[in-house]
Amino acid sequence: MTSKEKTWTWRDIPVGAVVEEPGNASEYLTGGWRSERPVFTPDHCVQCGLCYVYCPDAAIVMTREGYPDIRLDYCKGCGICARECFMSTFGLSCFEMVDEEEFR
Amino acid sequence: MSKRVGMEVSIAVSEAVKLADVDIVAAYPITPQTHIVEHLSELVADGDLDAEFVCVESEHSAMSAVVGSSAAGARSFTATASQGLALMHEILFIASSMRLPIVMVVANRALSSPLSIWNDHSDIMASRDCGWIQYFVENGQESFDHVLIAFRVAEDPAVSLPAIINLDGFVLSHVIEPHILLDEEEVARYLPPFRPVSRLDPDHPVTMGDFATPEFYLEVKKAQEAALRDSRAVIDRGWKEFAELTGRQYQAVETYKADGAEVLLLAMGALGETASVAIDRMRERGLSVGLVKLRLWRPFPAEDLRQALGDARKIVVLDRAISFGAATNPVAAEVAGLLYDAEPRPRIFNMVIGLGGRDVRVEDFEAILEKALGEDSAPGPVGEYELIGVRE
Ligand code: SF4
Ligand code: SF4
Repeated sequence: MTSKEKTWTWRDIPVGAVVEEPGNASEYLTGGWRSERPVFTPDHCVQCGLCYVYCPDAAIVMTREGYPDIRLDYCKGCGICARECFMSTFGLSCFEMVDEEEFR
Repeated sequence: MSKRVGMEVSIAVSEAVKLADVDIVAAYPITPQTHIVEHLSELVADGDLDAEFVCVESEHSAMSAVVGSSAAGARSFTATASQGLALMHEILFIASSMRLPIVMVVANRALSSPLSIWNDHSDIMASRDCGWIQYFVENGQESFDHVLIAFRVAEDPAVSLPAIINLDGFVLSHVIEPHILLDEEEVARYLPPFRPVSRLDPDHPVTMGDFATPEFYLEVKKAQEAALRDSRAVIDRGWKEFAELTGRQYQAVETYKADGAEVLLLAMGALGETASVAIDRMRERGLSVGLVKLRLWRPFPAEDLRQALGDARKIVVLDRAISFGAATNPVAAEVAGLLYDAEPRPRIFNMVIGLGGRDVRVEDFEAILEKALGEDSAPGPVGEYELIGVRE
């Protein structure tokens, strides 16, 4: 929901509450929900992209070089990337979940 | 040319669905809806109906499938009953809120347990607040006609809401009656092609069935509620134009020998025909009784009903379902609310009748009406009702 829609009366609602502006969820920043932040270290990354697939918020994009890049505006800090990272099988997850307080 | 043929009501309903030229039927078989979808699957398999028949694994899936197909702009039909409707419950609200003009026939049946395949209205009353337009039909011809009427109204861009046609299981669905069938040319004049208000289209992407924060949900619900209430004008127009085409005129509320009657009987669905025989017999005996039939359940035709009930001092309201633990049963609750400020306020006798297929005979109506005639008209205690025929 964008700021424009916040002023809508019920008469302004599109039939069936259809969202006519595809992808406008990008305006909804959910990063503020986070209490822990995934911090990526590339040393052991095999560029498999599993973290990108698993992130439930599509907050991870893969860079041209093939590494994950976390969009902190959207990352809710669930920690799934840290757990599902392929390298965590060997106890070498590329993500460390760090208390958000540390970044204040 | 229209022709008059003897046919099982379920088959006639399927023939109406065929004439509506639906694109999708998604259904799971359940007694007593089975003959409707069986015949539709035959029509599709034989190439007589150019549609996709989706054999789903449950009613939850059936309703989900038609939500998807309707959102994609396909004319979509399903049918169910009882447990099947209960299993659809979750998706019913989604279909109406997404404003998808699906048409569904419910062959009304009791709810388990104990398992009962027989007729009453427990199924639909448990889902009555699902936001769909809801009709109750009385005979085969009405059932056939209302498939076409329901699509016409539901798909009107000003409405864009799904519709349920309630048709009593077995006592209506499985009887053979004469039907006047329409031909394709007549249907084409009445039912234009489906032009959805918005639809899933990769070239013009939209998001449907999204989530809403508290700042937004309220307005969506208000818009949905207004659409259902405002659909009444389109329903009336749908009936009027149907009458111009066929000569068969339907109304939200119909009366039979109701003028000046001391006691009025309010019925819905197939019981109306049996009740009218009782009214005839009693009128012959000089007794002041009449019948009011409620054809439209949602949007509730409050004004029409208030007028039809007129000055009657005593009203017998039939319910075909128990609202367990409630102040009163579903239909009686509506009527009591409607007449709260009537002057003088009539007495309401609430009778729960024909549960789980318990037979309802003409004599039962006579007994009920005679009893009401013998009582005075001072309003009784709220929530008092009689369970007709129960062994004490
Ligand atoms: S913590 Fe959760 S939301 Fe954030 S990037 Fe990892 S998987 Fe995505
Ligand atoms: S899952 Fe781990 S190893 Fe695979 S790309 Fe993501 S960070 Fe690298």
